[in-house]
Amino acid sequence: MKTRRVTAAVATVLAVSLGAAACGGGKDSNDNNGGGAGKKDAALNSIVNASSKKGGTVNLEDSDVPDSLDPGNTYYGFVQNFSRLYARTLVTFKPAAGKDGLTVVPDLADSLGKASKDAKTWTYHLRSGLKFDDGTPITSKDVKYAVERSNFAPEALSNGPTYFKAYLKGGDKYKGPYKDKKGIDSIETPDDQTIVFHLAKPFADFDYLATFSQTAPVPQAKDDGAKYVQHIVSSGPYKFASYEEGASASLVRNPNWDPKTDPIRKALPDKINVKFKVNPVTVDNDLLADKITADIAGAGVQPQTQPKILNGKYAPQTDNSYAGATGYMALNVHVAPFDNVHCRKAVQWAVDKQSAVDAMGGAPKGDVATTLLPPSVNGYTKFDNYATPGHKGDAAKAKDELKQCGKPNGFSTTLTARSDRPAEVAAATAIQNSLKAVGINADIKQFPSGKYFSNFVGVPSYVHQHKLGMMMMAWGADWPTGYGFLDQIVDGSAIKPSGGNNLMELNDPKINKALADAISNTDSAARTKAWGDIDKMVLDNASVVPIIYRKNLLIRPTSATNVTVTQAYLGMYDYTLLGSSK
Amino acid sequence: MAAYIIRRVFGALVLLLVVSAVTFAIFFLVPRLGGQTATQLATQYVGKDANPESIAAIKKNLGFDQPIYIQYWDYIKGLFVGADYKFGPDATHCSAPCFGYSFKSHVEVWPQLTQRIPVSFSLAVGAAVIWLIFGVTTGVISALRKGKPVDRISMFIALAGVSLPIFFTGQIINVLFIYQWPIWDSTDYVPFTQNPGEWAWHLFLPWVSLAFLFSATYARLTRAGMLETMSEDYIRTARAKGLRESTVVVKHGLRATLTPIVTIFGIDFGTLIGTAVLTETVFSLQGIGAYSIQAIRDNDLPIVMAVTLVAAFFIVFSNLVVDLVYAAIDPRVRYS
Repeated sequence: MKTRRVTAAVATVLAVSLGAAACGGGKDSNDNNGGGAGKKDAALNSIVNASSKKGGTVNLEDSDVPDSLDPGNTYYGFVQNFSRLYARTLVTFKPAAGKDGLTVVPDLADSLGKASKDAKTWTYHLRSGLKFDDGTPITSKDVKYAVERSNFAPEALSNGPTYFKAYLKGGDKYKGPYKDKKGIDSIETPDDQTIVFHLAKPFADFDYLATFSQTAPVPQAKDDGAKYVQHIVSSGPYKFASYEEGASASLVRNPNWDPKTDPIRKALPDKINVKFKVNPVTVDNDLLADKITADIAGAGVQPQTQPKILNGKYAPQTDNSYAGATGYMALNVHVAPFDNVHCRKAVQWAVDKQSAVDAMGGAPKGDVATTLLPPSVNGYTKFDNYATPGHKGDAAKAKDELKQCGKPNGFSTTLTARSDRPAEVAAATAIQNSLKAVGINADIKQFPSGKYFSNFVGVPSYVHQHKLGMMMMAWGADWPTGYGFLDQIVDGSAIKPSGGNNLMELNDPKINKALADAISNTDSAARTKAWGDIDKMVLDNASVVPIIYRKNLLIRPTSATNVTVTQAYLGMYDYTLLGSSK
Repeated sequence: MAAYIIRRVFGALVLLLVVSAVTFAIFFLVPRLGGQTATQLATQYVGKDANPESIAAIKKNLGFDQPIYIQYWDYIKGLFVGADYKFGPDATHCSAPCFGYSFKSHVEVWPQLTQRIPVSFSLAVGAAVIWLIFGVTTGVISALRKGKPVDRISMFIALAGVSLPIFFTGQIINVLFIYQWPIWDSTDYVPFTQNPGEWAWHLFLPWVSLAFLFSATYARLTRAGMLETMSEDYIRTARAKGLRESTVVVKHGLRATLTPIVTIFGIDFGTLIGTAVLTETVFSLQGIGAYSIQAIRDNDLPIVMAVTLVAAFFIVFSNLVVDLVYAAIDPRVRYS
């Protein structure tokens, strides 16, 4: 009895302490008129706690490490966003709230790219007076070199995308600047201010490619490949004061940045610090306690923090933004019985999407998806080819499709998910349950995310051999247009021997042609409409089962100023605007 | 003595070689035997855009197109004579001991390790001092007051220390003293050479968390040892000679008890330098443990190899030191 009382007392003390700590987390955050001011979701369409005051230190934390902070060696969305502080690109996304943030505006260049009629030649003129942080002038040759090193030197810099390599004339033959110092002929620099890109095929989204950090200039004399990340030469308002691989970085003002050459950036804070590999719970606690300005990864708080901030005093400080990504289930058209469209449609009708979304964490984690393109991408068109009441599935229609595919009693198949992504596994389990109701038995197989594409679902031979009919997948746009989203996952050319992302192995000539036609079209309105049409074609094919439009649950610390969500960078805060009252 | 040390050092080198071969086999050979091709291995290090040209370039540059025994030979050679790598416009020389380049970031592994070793070492040293002082003192007091309230309370706390995982105690300490009552602003590592006071202050909470776990074990070990020793005939003799109780306890009782404790301490301390993963993770310390976890997650084999070798080195080295310390605390031990 005595022991029980002591145990109860200890438990009570612990519970009270933890409860108090959980609710505490800072000093009177609501009394402060800082970034916390504003309503729930205020930063989705406005700039919260707008300020023009210079000074202060922005402190950022990340529970992980990015692929690289080298603008020429990264694919991470948050590095694309963050690198704009030290690496200016030819053009970039407008630092603005709401849909306005999807607008491409000139940065190093004095205007957007001037395209030839066939959209195969793109010309940019640099502003005058641009300088690196060491005072040397920035020329078009530095931009050309940056594109070459980032796209053509995979032996050293293999993290970034290679769209320039894919679209530039002769891109398939050029060996890269480390082997061929002469450079690629299809990028011309007739003078220090002008750069001309000659493409092998029409590409109307080229301005979006030019927003990539890969167009940030790099002086050839300072480039030492993979080591360049340790002494990046800045072209933006900040330069590196320190950098420790995988641990931290610190940015201070670049005295050679001239605000007259940069109409986009306010550059308010004096200093910007980033810490990597911080315990995820600590990152959230630091946000709530107003110790830091933002979680640089921008993917939202941890599941255990979510209940703490959805209601109560922290709720007005939250922003539930679209992450620019769709979670879906891919049905491989070469694995029986999904080689039959009716079997694919049976799955479309049978899946209870609402239960899958609930299993992933419910509304804060995202909305039920009915299209492949998410709402925050240019070209999104709302439709639902397989509408069911409450998105709960329709067993009758599923059974009807099963009959048409010659499997009236259902069939057995395999469903894959990433073992280290609990939400994905939970969604797969929910889907498994809803399919069972119509006689489709799915055996769930889990693989580690690090090898998911390289060894398993991205290897067609493995998929066929092991009959992986259904695969959980999530995809975010490389740039926020329909083409930037769809090209790598539905075009036949995206099928690769390993590491591919077209898990359906969709190689429909009509879809391929529609993508090629649209990207050749310089009429932006027609192009935008085409993305929605292609999305419908993919859903008609029924090889993609959209599940969730993913969302981030972000929190604005009270000291954060000029806080707004940028849809151009996966729904995180815009780091070119972000300031701090501390 | 000198011959003994040379023999032990030579043995340690052979052991490290075996460790390197086993680790290499686990991470390089086993996947191959499991059917993983060099191309699949290379694909993991290409990033999101895994086009065939990039995969081929990485495969060649990381040496995956070579037979496994050549890859191992190159690795071992690099440790002793250095190696040349080309991850940029020009080849760069990685001086011995060259632990290679990260498959992921292509930066040299050794400078990364040397940056992290002081963090892990600082964590282990401070925690060790605390757990030795508290663990041994508690154990002695408990043994001398066997069955009394102080013994029962001490052993209850010791049991709690052994039972509670560090990710629980560490997190609670973190929440209470950084967020609820912010006595500490953070536990960010400050180098000893930069500011010894700040170094100790910032590491205090991780030290206490880690020491709580180990103190418990040492308290129980010391208590058991002391209880046994204090009932020996020579203790009665010492008391009969009229020696002071403190001399009897410390010089005759504790000294005999310490031998097994020092053995365990050597293993614990050496092991801890490379494996304080949970403490480093909870308190966001950039030590070797946290580094190795990231490397395992990324399948970054050169880092895994390097961390394993460094951790093995510390275990072997601390055991050697322990064996030498025996001679100082136990007069019966002589090395020839």
